Amino acid sequence: MLKVSDRIFTNLYGTHDWRLKGAEARGDWDKTKTLISKGKDWIIQEITASGLRGRGGAGFPTGRKWGFMPPDDGKTPRYLVINADESEPGTCKDRDILRFEPHKLIEGALIAAVAIGAHVGYIYIRGEFYAEANHLEEAIVEAYKAGLLGKNAAKSGWDFDLYVHRGAGAYICGEETALLESLEGRKGMPRLKPPFPAIVGLYGCPTIVNNVETLAVVPTILRRGASWFGGIGTPNNAGTKIYCLSGHVNTPCNVEEAMGIPLKELIEKYGGGVRGGWDNLLAVIPGGSSVPLIPKDVCEKVLMDFTSLAEVKSGLGTGGVIVMDKSTDIVRAIARLSKFYMHESCGQCTPCREGTGWLWRMLIRLADGIGSPKDIDVLEEVTYEIEGHTICALGDAAAWPVQGLIRHFRPELERRLKMNHVA
Amino acid sequence: MTAFKFSKENAERVKEILTHYPPDRKASAILPLFELAQRQCGGWLPKEAIEAITEMLEVSLIRGYEVATFYTMFNLKPMGKYHLQVCGTTPCMLRGSEDLKGVCKRHLGIENKETTKDGLFTLTEVECIGACANAPVVQINDDYFEDLDEKSFLKILEDLKADRKVKPGSAIGRQGSAPEKRRAHAKGK
Repeated sequence: MLKVSDRIFTNLYGTHDWRLKGAEARGDWDKTKTLISKGKDWIIQEITASGLRGRGGAGFPTGRKWGFMPPDDGKTPRYLVINADESEPGTCKDRDILRFEPHKLIEGALIAAVAIGAHVGYIYIRGEFYAEANHLEEAIVEAYKAGLLGKNAAKSGWDFDLYVHRGAGAYICGEETALLESLEGRKGMPRLKPPFPAIVGLYGCPTIVNNVETLAVVPTILRRGASWFGGIGTPNNAGTKIYCLSGHVNTPCNVEEAMGIPLKELIEKYGGGVRGGWDNLLAVIPGGSSVPLIPKDVCEKVLMDFTSLAEVKSGLGTGGVIVMDKSTDIVRAIARLSKFYMHESCGQCTPCREGTGWLWRMLIRLADGIGSPKDIDVLEEVTYEIEGHTICALGDAAAWPVQGLIRHFRPELERRLKMNHVA
Repeated sequence: MTAFKFSKENAERVKEILTHYPPDRKASAILPLFELAQRQCGGWLPKEAIEAITEMLEVSLIRGYEVATFYTMFNLKPMGKYHLQVCGTTPCMLRGSEDLKGVCKRHLGIENKETTKDGLFTLTEVECIGACANAPVVQINDDYFEDLDEKSFLKILEDLKADRKVKPGSAIGRQGSAPEKRRAHAKGK
């Protein structure tokens, strides 16, 4: 269990002042200049050594990502883009950072900008987060006034301008290249990779795209040291993480805990337990809607980190834990996710555009017990035809929850078909 | 409708927004400008505004239409005064978003994408709006209303009908996404 003193987000619930004065009192912007003066190589080295992995879902090592930036030719602009397009069902962690800890993000952005050599940064925030964007913009104005942004930001000798760019409702813009397309004023349709954004990103220039939570922890890591952060969590899964508990728990909440905390402990301790008791648990989607569900027996032992969850054929994703008790119509719950992906597919790749709708229609039929057992096999086969055959990961994300359903709840699907047949 | 023009105040805002992007990358301002225009037009984006903005940003009209139709937050026809955006995705569904849609049907007589005859309410079932720990959630215009049930949601609708002020946030008095105190304590006893 994480010690209270090891918590990074001390204002996660907004109990204290989120403005500059309050943030400074909690330790933000403390000796930022000294940290920056140690140089970009030191910053990248520390972040790499800390073992920080991206908190947006994919878990790519942050230090390594920063290292992908090509050498600065002194002519081409370089950009930092912050992904605040939080839209993964089950995930609401960045929202709390944006509205209650905006200065952690702004300070992290400045440090990252120095590390990758960017003078301009954009925070792409989902359009629905109106109040959150207002907090963020106010915090940026405060930072400019205090000399923490702009020319010679925080007296570091580095010039850095930071802008908020509001999205307008499109899950796909959370995919980094779709986000860049959107930021350039187009539909959010993902680009083919490679080239990766570090080489050809915003306006064709070298760009790093980082998640909100990833950047917001950077200043604290540098202040407290890579070994402190690396000492929390499990091997290859360092540090703390904000988990979002939703669904059938007694007290849904967000909470910062160590990576690798047992799922059961997380639910019992912070979620107030499963509604109706642990034995009433049916299944959990442990990392946002894109990862396959895990049934109760797996939930007993599994740890909340990238490695452990991959071993049970699921994933940590964003850390959005969706709990479902035995009253859940599991087929409809997953079907609703398929509807989500159908709605959010950008329509660029045929397997995803056609396949997501197909999955949804098939699942609502199966939920009513319409069809034959063979349909389950066909459904599964179609998920594998979508997975890996699209430009971005939305196709995979649509396929995995359905695969998880079939993997663990095939008897339930068959039962419905049989019941309908008998009736 | 006649040609669209930004109000004097908004025209200033447009100038400021354009400074965020390189001078030869004005197209980047299309989302913020559409949003501003939608606000000015009372919650929807008329064709005339799309035309005027694409011209201003020197992008083709078709690209303006593409953007306006791609993003769900742009309303291409007039909306009710209060846009009820009921989140229907699984985390909200597990905690009763279907009941909230039922409230709209029973008490306002509207289904998804319909507007009440008095022009006060439009209902849209939206996809995950990112407040899952406070589900079920309804966004009304800009504001999030969280931890709702049929009763508290109905009260909000009644208040809006009677032109009374409503308070966004948790309907059960939670602080942000912190665990609900009453229940947390009850469990400890």
